[in-house]
Amino acid sequence: MSDTEQVENGGKNLDGLATVELKNIALQLDSGQILDQITISYRTFGQLNKDKSNAILICHALTLDQHVAGDNPTNGKPGWWSSIVGPGLPIDTDKFFVICQNVIGGCAGSTGPTSMKPDGSGVYGIDFPVITIADMVRAQNLLLDYLEIPDLFCVLGGSMGGMQTLQWAAAHSERVFCAIPIATSARHSSQNIAFHEVGRQAVLADPEFHAGAYQQYDARPRKGLAVARMAAHITYLSETALQRKFGRNLQDRDAVTYGFEADFQIESYLRHQGMTFVERFDANSYLYITRAMDYFDIAADHGGNLSAAFQGTSTRFCVMSFTSDWLFPTSESIALVRALNAAGANVSFVEIESDKGHDAFLLDEPEMFATLDGFLRAAARDRGLS
Amino acid sequence: MIDPKAGADGNLGNKRIDLELIADMVESGSRVLDIGCGTGELLDLLVNRRQADGRGLELSQAGVNACVARGLSVVQGNADTDLSYYPDNGFDTVILSQTLQATQKPREVLREMARIGPQLIVSIPNFGHWRVRAHLALRGRMPETKALASSWYETANIHLCTLLDFTDLCAELDLKVAQCITLTNGRAHQSTQAPGSWKNLTAEQAVFVLQRS
Repeated sequence: MSDTEQVENGGKNLDGLATVELKNIALQLDSGQILDQITISYRTFGQLNKDKSNAILICHALTLDQHVAGDNPTNGKPGWWSSIVGPGLPIDTDKFFVICQNVIGGCAGSTGPTSMKPDGSGVYGIDFPVITIADMVRAQNLLLDYLEIPDLFCVLGGSMGGMQTLQWAAAHSERVFCAIPIATSARHSSQNIAFHEVGRQAVLADPEFHAGAYQQYDARPRKGLAVARMAAHITYLSETALQRKFGRNLQDRDAVTYGFEADFQIESYLRHQGMTFVERFDANSYLYITRAMDYFDIAADHGGNLSAAFQGTSTRFCVMSFTSDWLFPTSESIALVRALNAAGANVSFVEIESDKGHDAFLLDEPEMFATLDGFLRAAARDRGLS
Repeated sequence: MIDPKAGADGNLGNKRIDLELIADMVESGSRVLDIGCGTGELLDLLVNRRQADGRGLELSQAGVNACVARGLSVVQGNADTDLSYYPDNGFDTVILSQTLQATQKPREVLREMARIGPQLIVSIPNFGHWRVRAHLALRGRMPETKALASSWYETANIHLCTLLDFTDLCAELDLKVAQCITLTNGRAHQSTQAPGSWKNLTAEQAVFVLQRS
């Protein structure tokens, strides 16, 4: 493609880490605004086959990134799904070509609030346009076009990654052979919007926020973002998991101190979660991406009828939820499955027994692995891949 | 709904015969919904031997997970509440094996099945079998047989019927008995006639092929 230019790796990088700058491509956003000259950071694993029929797109969750497997170069830690993606694993990189892209609005390389504006007048900051899940998926479509991959064998992801997965299936179903939305919903619930709002208000209330222009002041709203993360982190766990892991245990002390230090282990744990998060995530990105999730409502784009979004789809679905996930509870998945059934879609639905809450989709859950493995094997066979 | 393939109430020793017979009744390549598909034995036969576009609905999560792990398209759900979400004529054949007696509203379930597909395959245990009758008549106790193994207070089978009761209901719903296979001591007897009094006394279970008339 003549209108693109590779800034880092030169040539279309189908093996490893890559960043592509789409110079003359404008991303038309739901808000009506246009995002020019976007940069897309992505990572790939495995080999694209001759028919280009074995590509899997993994969509990441709110605060994750393209480093789904392998080592994350920024901190040396293993990728967030490295127990699932790799040679011989359920998403077998000996068999499939796996793509994972940092979402637009993110802060791991793709265009977002920390990026320079195209006119060179500084970073976007709060001037970045509001983006939606559909916009993220549009950017992923641009990446596929750029890689000259006509369609995907599979799109999958958990939480916000599941939202992108559903958006792919609803808006670009001809490009999706199968879809695996995990621990997600076709719309963000009122309660979830409420938690996001708490997080955003914590960021906005931080004096270091400087109306979003904190980079110009060489400042960062660490405290606000840390509080946002602490509140959000609670929603990713379950009461049972918290009780088992921390109970009412005290942190490095034998008795309560009659003060407001972190007496309890859970307090210390949350403070640690908040503090480490602000080192790896941008506050504005947090505002933008949480907003994108809040705006997500597939049915609303189809006159309030969710099944209309999937009418006549040829994509096959495997929906998964976890029993103790109260952020994206099983009831949300059931509503989705019923709509898919009404649309005549080929759908499987598995609820997995786990007490680990929403985060279960990132953890070692043998039943999730078995489900992924079985579903992908059958789908690969029907696609002529095995 | 129960999980008939997992050794629950209603499981029969000759279930394999039951499944093979049902699989043979399904036209190759057709769209099939198996309600109460258990761990997927029948659905597997249908998909892999009859090249059916097979889907399943199963109440027990363990059953669903096992099905999906073996590559079958199955959702967790309840025959009483979830059939209404399937479109009219979405399937060619709708199967309900050893599950009708465990539903809250068997008549509504059959009605929904007939809406979803023109052909129904339903298998039921026969409460008119002589052993069941003898149990109640001679001992004065609720029957417990091989086919109906649980105590009255813990059985999932809340709507038991005889073969004649069932064909009466089919008539009420304008469902024509196209075929009936009765199973007695593991032996199958195939007929295009609805069962009569003799079969109603001797058959342990029956598989009906019903068509909307």
